[in-house]
Amino acid sequence: MNWRRIGESAMESLIRLCGVSAVLFVFGILIFVFREGQDFMFNRLDFGEFFTQIAWRPTAEPPTYGALALISGTVGVTLVAMALAIPFGLGTAVFLSEFCSWRWKEALKITIELLAAIPSVVWGFIGITLMNELVIYITHVPVGVNVLNAGIILALMSVPIIVSIGEDALKAVPDGYREAAEALGATRWEVVYKVLFPAAKNGLLAAVLLGVGRAVGETMAVLMATGHSIRLIFDGQAPFFHPLYPGRTLTATIAAELGETSKGSDHYQVLFVIGLLLFVITFVINFSADLIVRGIRKE
Amino acid sequence: MMAMPQETSGAVQETYSIETHNLSLWYGDFQALHAVSVRIRSGLITSLIGPSGCGKTTLLRCLNRVNERYGNVTTTGDIRVLGKNIYDEDVSLVELRRCVGMVFQRPNPLPISIYENVVFGLRIHTPAAQLSRSVLDEAVETSLKEVLLWDAVKDKLKKRATGLQLEQQQKLCIARLMPLKPQVVLMDEPCSALDARGTEAIEDLMSILGKRFTIVIVTHNMAQARRASEECIYMYMGKIVEHGTTLDVFLRPRNKETENYVEGRYG
Ligand SMILES: Nc1ncnc2c1ncn2[C@@H]1O[C@H](COP(=O)(O)OP(=O)(O)OP(=O)(O)O)[C@@H](O)[C@H]1O
Ligand SMILES: [Mg+2]
Repeated sequence: MNWRRIGESAMESLIRLCGVSAVLFVFGILIFVFREGQDFMFNRLDFGEFFTQIAWRPTAEPPTYGALALISGTVGVTLVAMALAIPFGLGTAVFLSEFCSWRWKEALKITIELLAAIPSVVWGFIGITLMNELVIYITHVPVGVNVLNAGIILALMSVPIIVSIGEDALKAVPDGYREAAEALGATRWEVVYKVLFPAAKNGLLAAVLLGVGRAVGETMAVLMATGHSIRLIFDGQAPFFHPLYPGRTLTATIAAELGETSKGSDHYQVLFVIGLLLFVITFVINFSADLIVRGIRKE
Repeated sequence: MMAMPQETSGAVQETYSIETHNLSLWYGDFQALHAVSVRIRSGLITSLIGPSGCGKTTLLRCLNRVNERYGNVTTTGDIRVLGKNIYDEDVSLVELRRCVGMVFQRPNPLPISIYENVVFGLRIHTPAAQLSRSVLDEAVETSLKEVLLWDAVKDKLKKRATGLQLEQQQKLCIARLMPLKPQVVLMDEPCSALDARGTEAIEDLMSILGKRFTIVIVTHNMAQARRASEECIYMYMGKIVEHGTTLDVFLRPRNKETENYVEGRYG
């Protein structure tokens, strides 16, 4: 009896430790990133330059640290990815949960999970080769590694997340709702957009936001497929957004440059500032998602 | 013909809202209905009674073809609703379900606002151009008044319907049929999730609405069948055993099994 009680309380502490460790890790990483970059950030970084200038020349003499083009790259690539992945992912989720026969469903789900298992460097490879050719062929630009290319690749990477979480959300809607709507004469399409979407909107929103998170944070594939040139994707000329320009993202910049810097140098530190910025972006996305979901729940 | 109520000497022209002929139904290999032939009179309340698992729900769900939602259902035989064979090629399910409304065992308002629940059917069956704000508002008010729910919810029409009390939810489920002007309303144990007060409220409602629609109600509650219905069908093991006026079925059953059941000896 006694042993059992000891075992139980040991188990309990272990589980509690696991729960707390998630929080510790997040804060630990945040503190580490902050510590590595804080000296430069508070003493030498010109925030005006950082957020408004295009010139990113950390190795020039004197160096300039304008991150606007990198920010525009991240935003642009994410926009393209989401414009493709949200309709495609949600459409697939609806098809899987509502219209698909059981046999097809299994086959499709396995295929989509496979899509999620492809390493991102392989996606980058596809971007450089196949998607490059395809983009050149369709849009007649001279170089096919650009924001559009990376956006398509990222969309393909986000779709599995959106599909699997979206499908779970739709599956969780009680069948009684579908039945009620159909008995009132709704077609299956009407059931989807008049009943399932409102009923599952929390879950679908979560699916989309996790997809966005994936797109913002992805590094390897965009490093390879964007063209890696420092250029503003948005400007004052119509159509204001230029997905056919090559670009560069925040994440790719860190990955490409960190290895070449000496620890503690300004260049090293500014990359950690970028890391901090990415932290803030994902935090804002998650936090607003939380607020939205909570707002919906209160209604 | 087969199991039919006694004719009142043909003086009045009898009309039937629902006629089935040799209706059999299988869930996979399991036969749930055996050659059911039944005629349900227009403008009356008909109750459907019988022990658990005898096929009451199954029969009811055939009448608006909502059974077909399950993939493994096979049906043979004819069903005529308002004189039209509902398995004909040219029958639109959407239109059938407008004419034949359904109230379920568990109240199932949709997870949208009370207002949108009531006009859900209208939005589906009417072109959007004809649905001005005033038409919708009017439909909501009349429907909710008809089910005696208006006073309770008129200040919270934008609130989610799933937050209402069960009794109010069930009333709402009846109210949302109103704008569609159905001719037949099918009710599957509409009170089984409600308490005594809720049951009474729904029965009152039925007696008001029974004058306008043909109502078929499945119930396990003998007292309810006696109180609320004019005709009564007793089913057993997927077959119709007896069909007549409620008084006859309860007081002068022709069949021993019926007698046992209505007197509560089993089931
Ligand atoms: N979806 C289904 N798949 C397979 N069998 C079913 C299905 N629905 C009902 N059945 C079976 O068909 C028979 C009739 O069921 P039905 O629900 O019509 O009975 P019921 O008279 O409504 O019973 P209750 O009074 O318990 O509601 C039962 O034996 C039941 O097990
Ligand atoms: Mg039943």
